[in-house]
Amino acid sequence: MKLLTGNDLASGAVTWWTGKDWSLHVEDAADVGAHGEAILTAEEGARRVNAPYLIDAVATPEGPRPVHIKDRVRALGPTVRPDLTLKPADPNAGSWVI
Amino acid sequence: MYKYDQYDQAIVDARVAEFGDQVRRRLAGDMTEDQFKPLRLMNGLYLQLHAYMLRVAIPYGTLDSRQMRMLAHIARTYDRDYGHFTTRQNIQYNWIKLEDAPAILADLATVEMHAIQTSGNCIRNISSDQYAGAAADEVADPRPWAELLRQWSTFHPEFSYLPRKFKIAVIASDEDRAAMKLHDIGIQLVERNGTLGAAFYVGGGMGRTPMVAPLIKDFVPIEDYLSYTEACLRVYNRYGRRDNIYKARIKILIHELGAEEYARQVEEEFAHVKTLGIDPPAAELERISAFFAPPAFDAGAPDILDRSDPDFAVWLDQNVKPHKQPGYAIVNISLKPVGGIPGDASSAQIDVMADLAERYSFDELRVTHAQNIVLPHVAKRDLYAMWQALTEADLAAANLDLISDIIACPGLDYCSLANARSIPVAQKIAQRFADLDRQRTLGELKLKISGCINACGHHHAGHIGILGVDRKGTENYQLLLGGSGAEDTSLGKITGPGFDEDGVVDAIERVTNKYLELRDTGERFLDTYRRVGFDPFKEAIYG
Repeated sequence: MKLLTGNDLASGAVTWWTGKDWSLHVEDAADVGAHGEAILTAEEGARRVNAPYLIDAVATPEGPRPVHIKDRVRALGPTVRPDLTLKPADPNAGSWVI
Repeated sequence: MYKYDQYDQAIVDARVAEFGDQVRRRLAGDMTEDQFKPLRLMNGLYLQLHAYMLRVAIPYGTLDSRQMRMLAHIARTYDRDYGHFTTRQNIQYNWIKLEDAPAILADLATVEMHAIQTSGNCIRNISSDQYAGAAADEVADPRPWAELLRQWSTFHPEFSYLPRKFKIAVIASDEDRAAMKLHDIGIQLVERNGTLGAAFYVGGGMGRTPMVAPLIKDFVPIEDYLSYTEACLRVYNRYGRRDNIYKARIKILIHELGAEEYARQVEEEFAHVKTLGIDPPAAELERISAFFAPPAFDAGAPDILDRSDPDFAVWLDQNVKPHKQPGYAIVNISLKPVGGIPGDASSAQIDVMADLAERYSFDELRVTHAQNIVLPHVAKRDLYAMWQALTEADLAAANLDLISDIIACPGLDYCSLANARSIPVAQKIAQRFADLDRQRTLGELKLKISGCINACGHHHAGHIGILGVDRKGTENYQLLLGGSGAEDTSLGKITGPGFDEDGVVDAIERVTNKYLELRDTGERFLDTYRRVGFDPFKEAIYG
């Protein structure tokens, strides 16, 4: 599956295309399939998100997960500060990403 | 400490206003990211993996408690309650919002700070010896000379669009505590027949093509200091490559020209530059130097220490260095507690360090390229009270220059350029060698980790260096041995195939075990390595 991601213009936060809008949670990300380039072009024009790009991902019981480690770090947060991840209550947050 | 005059303050305030307007236009959609990116980078604002990152300049690593408290305020108010001190003696914040950036820069300007020229192909923050003004072995205080370069290089119209970024270090001792020869220009103030001058080493650097700077001129009279620096830059600006980013640094130019030919061209340019009258008049030099006059030391301060507390005694031996003034000492605050993140400090810890500087160190702090903090002028009679306060704040790790005093870049946990994580490797190594007696038995051992070839973690200069790479989507760590960023500068040699995260920790332990087996009395790891060579360690690592 393919996901569209970028950084929110105002906050810089990692953001994911949900099919209709952008979300801070990778769990909300939609598979853009073959429409990725078209959505990316449209969203670049809208200038809400910085440097949007398409990534490979896999479906898991917990939701979509990026394939590459860099995008997994982006999706969850720094592995060395689980208190600063998107799921700080999860004691396994630090190991989930790798 | 240098204090801004009306010109300094005016240009910083003007930049705050200008950038505030640029941010407003970007947020309103009036500018594209392509248009805005070079403007934000000129103000130290990067976009990293999780958010914007702001790099704040700390000129030659020197700041006062008022400025340090502002750094804590920014961490607390605009970031996630911590900051990261860097190998360029700066501080970075990892979770900045673009909409907050103008307010942050405005706050910084109130304490004579900014983020100008912390990015881009310009002359970056000037770095220096963290013991400046306190070290017994310096021929002069390097800070006025670093400050002179700061003023000269700020918004220098000719050097704002160099072929590539440009880093300058100024030291004044034979002992190099600033990795001077690994800068684009390394300047060592020297004395000849009682006259002050400067030796210029040009064309050093790390990154993908590491090089130790060759000596270009052994003595430049101090009255020619700025003209000669300008000549060095002019030759680079004219002939440095702009067609290939990987060959654009001055080290490549000098490597291709040869040091002798580069020096000849600099001499030729210098003959012209000297006619332009850019070297400051004596009165201006005196004005700058006056800001760095020694503090009002107590000439009667006792020169003895009560070492009866054994933990305090260990900290004294490891982290406290001799001061040129009897009765005083230089205190190193390690930001490398076992299990911690190298260079990170919470806002509360930053405030504690500011308070201690104000109370015990004539209001001065320094940031070191090894990502630690120095309080340069502490009376020996105050050391025990200071140590107790540091212990209370988890800032009393007694590991300066030991194996757990690791330099590590932010790596893939934060940095968009990184290929592998650096911090977790640093943490695992520190935990493996957590026993302080074991560390002290190993002695001085500088371990440095970078998460990519750009070498922000100085892996080339580590006695043991680690380079994280991406091998088919998996983190892999190459080991290097034999580097040094000190006066005996050398570049580490890659041992062979890399390791996974746990494997590299095991490999380091095999290296240290071999060192203990081979060392002669009094030898540091680096000494033993240089005496016995690479092969015994390679054999120990790979069997």
